[in-house]
Amino acid sequence: METQTIKNTDKATKTTEYISGSEAIVRCLIEEGVKILYGYPGGAIMPVYDELYKYQDKIHHVLTRHEQGATHSAQGYARISGEVGVAMATSGPGATNLITGIADAQIDSTPMVCITGQVFSHLLGSDAFQETDIVGISTPVTKWNCQVTKAADIPEAIAKAFYIARSGRPGPVLIDITKDAQIEKFDFSYEKCTKVRSYVPIPKTVEGSLEAAAKLINEAKKPLVVWGQGVILGKAEEAFKAVIEKAGIPAAWTILGASAIPTKHPLNVGMVGMHGNYAPNVLTNECDVLIAIGMRFDDRVTGKLDEYATQAKVIHFEIDPAEVNKNVKADVAVLGDAKATLEAVLPLINSNSHSEWHQKFKDLYAIEYDKVIKDDLHPTKEGLTMGEVLKEINIQSKGNAAIVSDVGQHQMIACRYAEFNKTKSNITSGGLGTMGFGLPAAIGAKMAAPEREVVSISGDGGYQMTIQELGTIFQQKAAVKVVVLNNDFLGMVRQWQQLFFEKRYASTEMINPNFVAIAEGYYIKARKVTKREDLAEAVKEMMESKEAYFLEVCVEKEGNVFPMIPTGASVSDVRLE
Amino acid sequence: MSTEKQLFTISVYTENNIGLLNRISAIFQRRHINIESLNISPSEIEGVAKFTIVVNMIEDNVKKIIGQIEKQVEVIKAYYHDLDEIIYQISGLFKIKSELLFEERQIQNIIKESNARIVTVNKEFFVLEKSGKKEEIIELYNELSPFGIMQYTRSGLIAISKDEMKISTLLETYNN
Repeated sequence: METQTIKNTDKATKTTEYISGSEAIVRCLIEEGVKILYGYPGGAIMPVYDELYKYQDKIHHVLTRHEQGATHSAQGYARISGEVGVAMATSGPGATNLITGIADAQIDSTPMVCITGQVFSHLLGSDAFQETDIVGISTPVTKWNCQVTKAADIPEAIAKAFYIARSGRPGPVLIDITKDAQIEKFDFSYEKCTKVRSYVPIPKTVEGSLEAAAKLINEAKKPLVVWGQGVILGKAEEAFKAVIEKAGIPAAWTILGASAIPTKHPLNVGMVGMHGNYAPNVLTNECDVLIAIGMRFDDRVTGKLDEYATQAKVIHFEIDPAEVNKNVKADVAVLGDAKATLEAVLPLINSNSHSEWHQKFKDLYAIEYDKVIKDDLHPTKEGLTMGEVLKEINIQSKGNAAIVSDVGQHQMIACRYAEFNKTKSNITSGGLGTMGFGLPAAIGAKMAAPEREVVSISGDGGYQMTIQELGTIFQQKAAVKVVVLNNDFLGMVRQWQQLFFEKRYASTEMINPNFVAIAEGYYIKARKVTKREDLAEAVKEMMESKEAYFLEVCVEKEGNVFPMIPTGASVSDVRLE
Repeated sequence: MSTEKQLFTISVYTENNIGLLNRISAIFQRRHINIESLNISPSEIEGVAKFTIVVNMIEDNVKKIIGQIEKQVEVIKAYYHDLDEIIYQISGLFKIKSELLFEERQIQNIIKESNARIVTVNKEFFVLEKSGKKEEIIELYNELSPFGIMQYTRSGLIAISKDEMKISTLLETYNN
């Protein structure tokens, strides 16, 4: 490695080193504070892997068993740490295998930087071996992407990538780097990016909007807050809690907003949306002021849009101006960072309690408890319910675990019943609904927060989409607790077939393998529970294990998730059975 | 706000970077919106490109599209206008057999009356250029058509807004 000092006329004297593009990539990652990255080597990224070998004391590369696993692990890492997750892959199939995770990160606003190798630049566009136009392919699902064909452009591209991924509304970024750029040597120096001219990460709060919002809140008789992940991403949990506590407003969460305040907080009235709680869904169509905070009115939350909260004045606290008025028209839009705007609105709002209005939530909760929750958590019939498994996990974890769920019925049950004391504890695939997300995301979550208990909850369907990541768990000694709620069905699809397709269970029944044997094949302690009397002890054993642990729970085959808002129905038409 | 579809021009000021056309066109494609015409050129500011996009949409949806366009990292600012709010031109090129220029007197009259310009003449063909509103170019096409047009093409709409688009000021605020 040669070192020299150059005099840059614009800037102060800067030290550069004459190194390869691939070494520069690794050095840039270290400069950005990356300690762990997830990936899979291959021809077009090999020079970078060679450098990673050299720098393994500074940066730990996790070899996942599939590139999709690398992105989901990076997502899990990002979601629990609040830092940028990093995934790496080779060109062609390696790069395309990242796409599902990138799309998932895009819709769930997860900060992620993906680095892909690319064929030599003189081969670009020639259909060379393992060449794909990954920049073109990833364009619709990235916040930003670029291709680098010269080593000298690497530092700026990576600096920009991290800045864009983590700032404003976070998202995934992809940098595709040709092999010649990796090999070429150049004078390396690194400067973090703090600004991109055309990019405004946090929009200015429109003058008067805070006052207008406060006025509506102060005059409201029946206000309802619906908060989303923006509260967590904006590190606004405390400000958020202060606002709802001062104004005494019942607050409901979207699936990605879960855990921003503790589940048992007296103002927490549950989840909104398709499988959300009865009270907040029904009362959405009764509130007089709806205060949306860091959420985007997804169709799974709103149901039929033209019957969604039409009686209410809507206040939308939002960082992304494109989300305002996209689905639901806002009477007052408070643009900006959630923490800053909530802190600014706090002194403008009056103390209130809204006790009569709260009583309505309690009354409807009692109905939901009677018709749904009681049987889910304290079943008396024979088959094990998914809800009672969650209840046992809550008991054992005391609400301190991070729950990483996959996609399907178990996910809805996990989100409905998992108890959280700490923020950033509910990690799931919200917007994209990616089966296969859970297991690899749990690996990333555990590596980001090794001191925390991380429980992955999957169904038998999604689990088998990324089951190979048990190999990563084993190799990394990641002490993830893996729970599979097995009903031998693609349960959510089956539920829809039962309710809307006259029980024609087309291709949803699964003949499953011996999951315990598979886990044991990966040298992971494993246990299967089929009877209620064994459940509590098995969950206890799992939670007390210092190592990774696999627990299969055979649950009732045709259990359903209620409440449910059928697609296209209004939120107030939520079904309890 | 009108709920009728109408023609809007969308002006997008961007950094001049590879791949941005893909990003912007994908926003329309994803929503099944046909782009009536598209022009990309340098703008009055060095290094800043200007997209002029014509779409037939209802205004409410144009506003949402603007939001999605502005969300792109390398987009500086996007505006939309209806056709009354801009000065615009379209250019049409017509390739016609040279013999017609001398044998068909009517052609000379058409050229004169339409204010079209002869770009080039050689032994085989001559090329006419006409700038103006789309209707004027179509009218010229209809008039020339009976004589035989060897090639015809029309540019995308290019536009200057009547109102000021304060990109330079905006860039100054970004730079500071």
